[in-house]
Amino acid sequence: MNKLLAEEIYYLMVLGRKFEFSAKEHYMKGDISGFLHLDIGQEALSVSAMKAFDRGDVFSGYRVHVMAIARGLSPKSVMAELFGKATGVSRGKGGSMHLYDPSHFFYGGDAIVGGHLPNAVGCAYARKYQGSEEGVMAIFGDGATNCGAFFESLNIASAQNLPLLFLCENNGYAIGTKITSVTPFLKQSKKAEPYMRTMEVDGMDAVAVYDALKEAQKSLHDGHGPIFVEAFTCRYEGHSMSDPGSYRTQLEMQICKSQDPIDRMKKVLIEQYQVDTASLETLEDRAERAVEEAVDFALASPEPDEAELYQNIFCQGCANVIS
Amino acid sequence: MLYREALNRAIDETMAIDSNIVVLGEDIGRYGGSYRVTEGLFAKYGEKRLMDTPIAEMSIVGNAIGMAIGGLRPIAELMTVNFALLAFDQIINHMAKLHYMSAGKITLPMVVRFPQGVSKQLASQHSESYEQMLASVPGLIVLAVSDVNYAYHALKKAILMDDPVIVIEHELLYNKKGNVDFDRDIDPLKARIVKEGDDITIVSYLKMVDDVMEAVPQIEEKLGKQCEVIDLCALNPIDYQTLALSLKKTGRLVVVEEDHKKGGFGSQVISWAVEELFYTLDASPLRIAGEDVPIPYNRKLELASIPTPDKIVARIVTWGEQNGL
Ligand SMILES: Cc1ncc(C[n+]2csc(CCOP(=O)(O)OP(=O)(O)O)c2C)c(N)n1
Ligand SMILES: [Mg+2]
Repeated sequence: MNKLLAEEIYYLMVLGRKFEFSAKEHYMKGDISGFLHLDIGQEALSVSAMKAFDRGDVFSGYRVHVMAIARGLSPKSVMAELFGKATGVSRGKGGSMHLYDPSHFFYGGDAIVGGHLPNAVGCAYARKYQGSEEGVMAIFGDGATNCGAFFESLNIASAQNLPLLFLCENNGYAIGTKITSVTPFLKQSKKAEPYMRTMEVDGMDAVAVYDALKEAQKSLHDGHGPIFVEAFTCRYEGHSMSDPGSYRTQLEMQICKSQDPIDRMKKVLIEQYQVDTASLETLEDRAERAVEEAVDFALASPEPDEAELYQNIFCQGCANVIS
Repeated sequence: MLYREALNRAIDETMAIDSNIVVLGEDIGRYGGSYRVTEGLFAKYGEKRLMDTPIAEMSIVGNAIGMAIGGLRPIAELMTVNFALLAFDQIINHMAKLHYMSAGKITLPMVVRFPQGVSKQLASQHSESYEQMLASVPGLIVLAVSDVNYAYHALKKAILMDDPVIVIEHELLYNKKGNVDFDRDIDPLKARIVKEGDDITIVSYLKMVDDVMEAVPQIEEKLGKQCEVIDLCALNPIDYQTLALSLKKTGRLVVVEEDHKKGGFGSQVISWAVEELFYTLDASPLRIAGEDVPIPYNRKLELASIPTPDKIVARIVTWGEQNGL
C-alpha cells in the first residue's frame, strides 16, 4: 500500500478506537442504551477489510461501528444512531447494531448470529447474474461458524461458484464461551476447507489484513469462486456493555494487548513510511476532533418524530403500495 | 428472592433429585447463563449435566428432543425468543407432534425456556414477543412467567411433567423481587388472581401484569370501580374456568398484552368470551396491545410501541366512560 493509504488506515483505526471509547462513555452516561458491542482491539480488521474490499457489497454483524465509518458512513450519523436520534443512519430506529447504507453497498448491521450469511450468498448470486466482478464480502465471528446457516452458505456458495469472500473474525470467544469448548477446531477455516480455498492472517496487523483481502478479492474477480479468510484477533472489552468479560485471564489479555493493532500500525508508519511524529499527531488530533464533532452533533440532534413509528413498515412510493 | 433465583432454585432442586435432568444452551454452563438463571449449577453438577452448546438453536431444541427420546429430561435454554425462531421447526414439527403422530408411543418430558419482550432499547431483532405462535400449536404446554412464586413452582412442575413445555420468561423480570411460598404447591396451569375486584376483569400475563397493577389504583380512583386482575399464567391450555368465574361477577373484560395487536394472543381470550359468555358481558371487551410495528431502538418510539401503565390507565378510563362506568 502507498503512504497515503497507510496513513488513512492509521487515521481510521485511531478514529475507530476513540469513537468506541466515546460511545462507552456515553453509554455509561445514559445517552446510549441497549446492546453496545465495542470493536476495541479489532480495529485493524474492521478498517483494513473495508479499505481492501473497497468496491463490492459488505454484509456484517452487530459489532459494526468502526466498519461503518471505515466504509464511508459519517461518524456523525453513526454516533447519532447510537444516541437514537432522527439524524442517525437509521433515523434512530436501528441503534448500534443496525447500521445500513446501500449507497456504500453496506448492509450492516445484523444482530442474529449467522443470519446475514445466506443473504450474502444471495447477493453474490445476484452480482454474478449481473456480470459484476466486484463480489460480496460476509463478515462474521468465530461463534457464527457453528451455525447451520454458515455450513449451508459454504455449500451453496461453493456449489454455485459464487464471488463471495467469507471473512471470519476469530477472537476466540462467543460471548463467554471459548470457541474450543464448543467446536473441535481452533482454526475455523478447517470447516471451510472442504469447500473452498482458505487463507489465514494475523488480524492484529492492518497491513497483513489488507494484503490478504486484496489477494482474496483478486481471486473473486478471477472467477475462482468463494474464498474463506480467517483473521485472528482479540476484543479488549467484554462482549457488550453488559458483559464484564471476566472469563478471560489477565495473562491472556496482556498477551493480546501486546499485539495492539494501532501501536503496530504506528510503527509501520514510522519505520516503513518515514512518517514523523508531528504528522502522526496531526492525524490523531483530526481523529479526536471528528469524534468530538460526532458527539456534539448527536447531542444537538432531535429525537425522531412519533410518526416515525409507522414509517417504513412497507415501502412508500413503491410498486404495490400498502398504506 | 429474585425471579431468576427462583428459576435457578427450581432447576437446582429438580436436578438434585433426578439425575436424568440435564440443561443445554448457549453460555449456560461455565458462564452461568446470559440472565444468570443457571449460575452456580455448572460447578455443582459438571459438564455432563450442563452442556454448553455452540450458537445452534435448531440443534439445541433438536438435541433436547433426542435426549428426551433417549430417556433424559432436558431443559433447553434459548437466549431469547428472537433466536428461538431458528428452532421453530424443531419446536413445532417435532417437539409438539411426536407424541400425537406416534399415537402416544413417544413422550417428550422436556422444557424449552426463553425470555421475550421489550427490554430497554435492544431494537427489533431482540425485542419481539411470539407467544401467540406457540400457544396456538396443539401439543405444547405454554407457560408465561410473571411472578417469582410462580417462577419457582411452575418451572419445577414443568421439568417434572411428561409433556413438552415451553416456559416463556420476560427480559425485564429477571431481577424482580418476590416471595416464594415453598410449602404451598400450585397448579401451573391455573390462572392466578393477582387482585380481586367486582367491576372490571383485567386479564394479562408476563410483564404486563406488573404494568396493569401499577395502573389499577388510578383506574379505580378515576372510575370509582374495582378491578379484578388475572394473570393467565398458562397460555396453553387456557384456564377458562377462572376467567368465566370472574366475568360472571364483573361482566366487563379488558385484555392487556405486549405483543403485536394483530393476531395477538389476547384476541383468543376475547373471541372465547364473546362466543361463550356473550350474554354475561355488559360492555364490549377492550384490548390493549402493542402496535403493529417492528420494535424501534429510540426509547420514545419504543415506549410508543407497547402498552405502558399511563396508556393502560388512559385507555381503560376512556373505555369505562364510554361504557357508562
Ligand atoms: C441466532 C443467535 N443466537 C444467539 C445470539 C446471541 N449472541 C449474540 S453475539 C453472540 C456471540 C457471537 O460470537 P462470535 O460470532 O464469535 O462474534 P463476536 O461477538 O466474538 O464478534 C451470541 C451468542 C444471537 N444474536 N443470535
Ligand atoms: Mg468471537
